Amino acid sequence: MIENRPFVTILAHTALVLGVLLVAFPIWITFVAATHEAARMTQVPLPLWPGDQFFVNLKQVMLKGVGGENATPVWLMMANSLLMAMMIAVGKIAISLLSAFAIVYFRFPFRMGFFWMIFITLMLPVEVRIFPTFKVVADLGMLNSYWGMTIPLIASATATFMFRQVFLTIPDEMLEAARVDGAGPMRFFKDILIPLSRTNIAALFVIMFIYGWNQYLWPLLITTETGYFTVVMGIKQMLEAAEQAPDWHLIMMTALLAMLPPIVVVLSMQKMFVKGLTETEK
Amino acid sequence: MAKITLENVKKSYGKIDVIHGIDWEIRDGEFVVIVGPSGCGKSTLLRMIAGLESITSGDISIGDRVVNKLEPAERDIAMVFQNYALYPHMSVYKNMAYGLKIKKIPAYEIDRRVRDTAKLLEIEEYLDRQPRALSGGQRQRVAMGRAIVRQPSVFLFDEPLSNLDAKLRVQMRLEIKRLQENLGITSVYVTHDQVEAMTLGDRLAVLNAGYVEQLGTPIEIYERPETVFVAGFIGSPSMNLLAATISTDGTIAELAGGSKIALSQVQLPGQKVTFGIRPEHIKIGKTETSLSFTVAISELLGADTLVYGSLTGGTQLVIRLEGIRKLSEGEQLDIDFPHDLHHLFDGTSGKRL
Repeated sequence: MIENRPFVTILAHTALVLGVLLVAFPIWITFVAATHEAARMTQVPLPLWPGDQFFVNLKQVMLKGVGGENATPVWLMMANSLLMAMMIAVGKIAISLLSAFAIVYFRFPFRMGFFWMIFITLMLPVEVRIFPTFKVVADLGMLNSYWGMTIPLIASATATFMFRQVFLTIPDEMLEAARVDGAGPMRFFKDILIPLSRTNIAALFVIMFIYGWNQYLWPLLITTETGYFTVVMGIKQMLEAAEQAPDWHLIMMTALLAMLPPIVVVLSMQKMFVKGLTETEK
Repeated sequence: MAKITLENVKKSYGKIDVIHGIDWEIRDGEFVVIVGPSGCGKSTLLRMIAGLESITSGDISIGDRVVNKLEPAERDIAMVFQNYALYPHMSVYKNMAYGLKIKKIPAYEIDRRVRDTAKLLEIEEYLDRQPRALSGGQRQRVAMGRAIVRQPSVFLFDEPLSNLDAKLRVQMRLEIKRLQENLGITSVYVTHDQVEAMTLGDRLAVLNAGYVEQLGTPIEIYERPETVFVAGFIGSPSMNLLAATISTDGTIAELAGGSKIALSQVQLPGQKVTFGIRPEHIKIGKTETSLSFTVAISELLGADTLVYGSLTGGTQLVIRLEGIRKLSEGEQLDIDFPHDLHHLFDGTSGKRL
């Protein structure tokens, strides 16, 4: 729609700028807080412009952590979070691709039954089944392990359903051409299906990575050893652990660091992400 | 290169029979066209030869091997699909090389074959392109190339030209004919387009509702259709098929409207028949046996003129006249049906008499 009405343009831009400011302001405050000393953070009014302690705070947080001598350094929490998010994202994609492949391309008894069983699990997110799932993980001895943190979150009905829809749009002739060419099922999966769902895989990776990165409740339940703490849990612990006033400058620095990986993932995969969710041409 | 033998081949989906027992031998190097209306089972039959569809009963052999249970890749065939089915994420080169790569043919041999085939089809300059950057005709060539490069003993074509525009279709038709003659590979070609059927095949099989109605050279089928169905299906515009009754002395066919047509030979008196005459075989001019015809509409096609109208008594007819003939509605013509060019079919079974 092309319109040439200056008033509308100005109004639209004002609304957009206000919206951006509204979202960006807390992030700005986080950034500013992360660049000051502890003392400055207790004075009123709170600073609105960056100070000079950014690298000092960064070093402190990354290497020593927050909350005294035995605190977990943030680099370790970041690594834990990254590993967990990657395991969840990659695991979800692998499992969903395979189950969608089975459901779309193989004829086995109760095929639709299995599909609906997977579909029904949409109604049972971790929060609903948290006690039984915890019991299972505990009985399997997976407490305080990366497997325990990730495996219960890996099965994904959403992703399975999405890949099923993607596979259904791929014409049957593609499978037939591959069969005439001599490709077996796994070869067809690897050479044809995966490359054709590349953009969808990327889109799902972005969503699932952020989902995994933001996990709070589940890792909180599964881990008691500080060495397995993730950064999202860590921030909360920092608030509670401190006996005196919270070290706001350091907590804000940690929060800032925790925001980075999702941003990097989204920015670097933005193009594929949009394509994967919108492109229909096969 | 190989012959293909079908022995009592049947196909049913549950209780519905789609193919009712086909016996057929396709000779080595022969180009056979299967033609029929939509839903007659022609694609199913082709896909059964390819191995993409299972066989309910009977045997299919390629060469001397029964291939009923073999995977498509083990049957030594190559197939060209209607929508080309090129792998969209692979370059033309990779599309053509994929089957060979799976067969574990050495890379230098693949390269040689792909380049030779590309040269043959004049698609060398597109080898590095993705299929989406090609036009319909070019994609069609690549699909053919992917089949040729495998050096199979049988080519299977599933309506390969139906997605092309009319001009390109004629061009590709000639090209397929030329290629098949040069390569000498046994080919089975499925189409619903009768021009393709008439021009491409050494032999033609007309399929209807899962039965082979007639099998023969295109000219045989045109000149001597064995059934009413074949008579009506092959030829454009289709043959005039008129319900008639043979007179008591067996020399005249009497149409429903009362018009009388003299026959070339004596037939069973009193029998109900279908009288067939092609539009291009109807002669104009007054003779002893000529009938009166009233023009309703005429279509000027340039090379010839189609005249639609009726005989006295209301029987509808189409006549094809050479050149441009301007006829107005209601005009009367005297027409005659030459003895040696009409066809008679049994009125109930539809079989040729």
